[in-house]
Amino acid sequence: MLKIENLQASIDDKSILKGLNLEVKAGEVHAIMGPNGAGKSTLANIIAGKEEYEVTGGNIELNGEDISELSPEERAHNGVFLSFQYPVEIPGVSVTNFIKTAINETRKAKGLEDMPAKDMLKMIREKSELLEIDRKFLSRSLNEGFSGGEKKRNEIFQMAMLEPKLAILDETDSGLDIDALRIVANGVNKLKSKDNAVIVITHYQRLLEYIVPDFVHVLHDGKIVKTGDASLALELEAKGYDWIKELA
Amino acid sequence: MELKDKILSSYVAFENDKNINSEIHNIRSKALQNFEELGFPTKKLEAWKYTSLNSVLKQDYSLFPNKENTVDLADVKKYFIHDIDTYKIIFIDGKYSSFLSATTHDTFDVCLMSSALEKAKYKPVIENYFNKVAKQDNMTSLNTAFTNEGAYIHIPRNIEVQKPIQIINFTTGSEDATMLQPRNLIVVEENAHVQIIERHQSLNNNPVLTNSVTEIFADRHSTVDYYKIQNDKETSSLVDNTFIEQKSNSVVSVHTFSFGGNITRNNLNFYQKGEHIDSILKGITIIQGKQHVDHHTLVHHIEPNCESHQDYKGIYDERSTAVFNGKVIVEKEAQKTNAYQQNNNVLISDKATINAKPQLEIFADDVKCSHGCTIGQLDDDALFYMQQRGIPQKEGRALLMFAFANTVLESVKIPEVKSRIAKIIANKLNVKVGFDL
Repeated sequence: MLKIENLQASIDDKSILKGLNLEVKAGEVHAIMGPNGAGKSTLANIIAGKEEYEVTGGNIELNGEDISELSPEERAHNGVFLSFQYPVEIPGVSVTNFIKTAINETRKAKGLEDMPAKDMLKMIREKSELLEIDRKFLSRSLNEGFSGGEKKRNEIFQMAMLEPKLAILDETDSGLDIDALRIVANGVNKLKSKDNAVIVITHYQRLLEYIVPDFVHVLHDGKIVKTGDASLALELEAKGYDWIKELA
Repeated sequence: MELKDKILSSYVAFENDKNINSEIHNIRSKALQNFEELGFPTKKLEAWKYTSLNSVLKQDYSLFPNKENTVDLADVKKYFIHDIDTYKIIFIDGKYSSFLSATTHDTFDVCLMSSALEKAKYKPVIENYFNKVAKQDNMTSLNTAFTNEGAYIHIPRNIEVQKPIQIINFTTGSEDATMLQPRNLIVVEENAHVQIIERHQSLNNNPVLTNSVTEIFADRHSTVDYYKIQNDKETSSLVDNTFIEQKSNSVVSVHTFSFGGNITRNNLNFYQKGEHIDSILKGITIIQGKQHVDHHTLVHHIEPNCESHQDYKGIYDERSTAVFNGKVIVEKEAQKTNAYQQNNNVLISDKATINAKPQLEIFADDVKCSHGCTIGQLDDDALFYMQQRGIPQKEGRALLMFAFANTVLESVKIPEVKSRIAKIIANKLNVKVGFDL
């Protein structure tokens, strides 16, 4: 599904990714762990197409197609979803209006008609129940005044609505209490299928107890320095990241 | 000949068919003298520092278009709010169009200034209210001197007018350049309620200069909602002078939507003469090209326990320029005043300019006055967030701008006006609105 080869990227002339390789197949869950400043969020933003980053080398392919020249919305239309570490507040736009617009713009890009209002409402009801989101919450301005947990739940709610092929969860566990973490993880697990893939970016092993990865990668200084199975996450939790730095 | 001289020398001809043995004649003559002394405003005046009329005044305007021009309803219908029943006072090149209008004298008057100035039955109202709250500044004096036509609306006590009233001034452009000076008088008596929509619209690209004066009197416990739709062609300029006097417990709101035109200057003045008054001033400005919009507001808090709420939003693209000057005066007697002023601006282009100036003069000590002024850009992070969810950049920008302006839009009480404004904004931003408001 996703194939990244020798990816190099910088921001403001500062090199952040230095030859990163990653392959994610449909049906898989990958975790990317690593110390602060390793380039985890940069990787997520580059896959999503954020323009501030300059890709100086390498390829990003989604389902065999080079996506590096595509705009963020075109990547979204191709099934890329990024759950933001810090979801942006947009006063004046309700959660419902926002997700309706997102879905219908995505459909428009695919040459489809708007989703009938009845289907939209039904889907909103189902997915908000899955994430245990109160109906009142949906009429509030997007992320405005939301608690950390509400913001992250809202991200996963949008993911559930948009049904992406590739979901990247950037530090979705940060700022969550244990109940919210369970709800979010449960939501992600229910959305998982053999046709889509999930990349979980996290600093801690905690979330991986709920969303069990097939592969764990350790990112350090712009490269993946070690890959293993779920047990690698436990090892990192126990030993910290210093020994990884020595591997590099 | 300069425009000022041309105007002054036309006065004799203008008065030819008017009754000169009247109080109105005296008011006109005095105003003419005033204008002769003051002349057109220049940038030397503090209030006109950022707005120059020079380029506009160079045109050779026809001052009193004589031809009777007609327009086809089909051609102008789009400028009406036509999906609801309304009263209409329509002018074409400054002349009343009975064909397009729908006036009334049934329990209240929605009719013409020209007849109100002449007929005996209107005399008491004219004597009590005409030119009483209007300032004696240059542009207002100029209008007063040539007062002839406009809307006359008189709502007696306890009457709630069920349909909104539309006042529309069309210019056909049958002259190379046209100057218009509409004069409106709106008297709303105790416990009465009225909604008014005003629009100036030219029908071709010949230059137009409109110098409009509107006086509004809101008596005790009355409610007036006034909507100004300024979306004219880029060859038309407007100086709008609106003066509002409120009595105790009245609520008056003025929404100004400035999307079009060449130079648009709004002088909006509220005078609170009573207690427990609420004055609401709201505006959305969205301009581009070389358009210029200047909002000069004044709220004069004279007595205690009153409120004023100002909320002006502006979005400026390309080389457009704008001014917001919001003056609030709280007199020593006006204790327990609550005066709020908010002015938020977004510059889309780095060549666009906004001059924003809150001006608070507070002489009372027990008041709540706040003002907030921001100038910023559209939030790139918010834009990326929307794009990431599949909303294309152009639509994302439009959605952000709608969201930004929405605090003003949501207080519009006539749904058809709200959706019309939303549609104009969407057209202006070149998007289809795929979201509810």
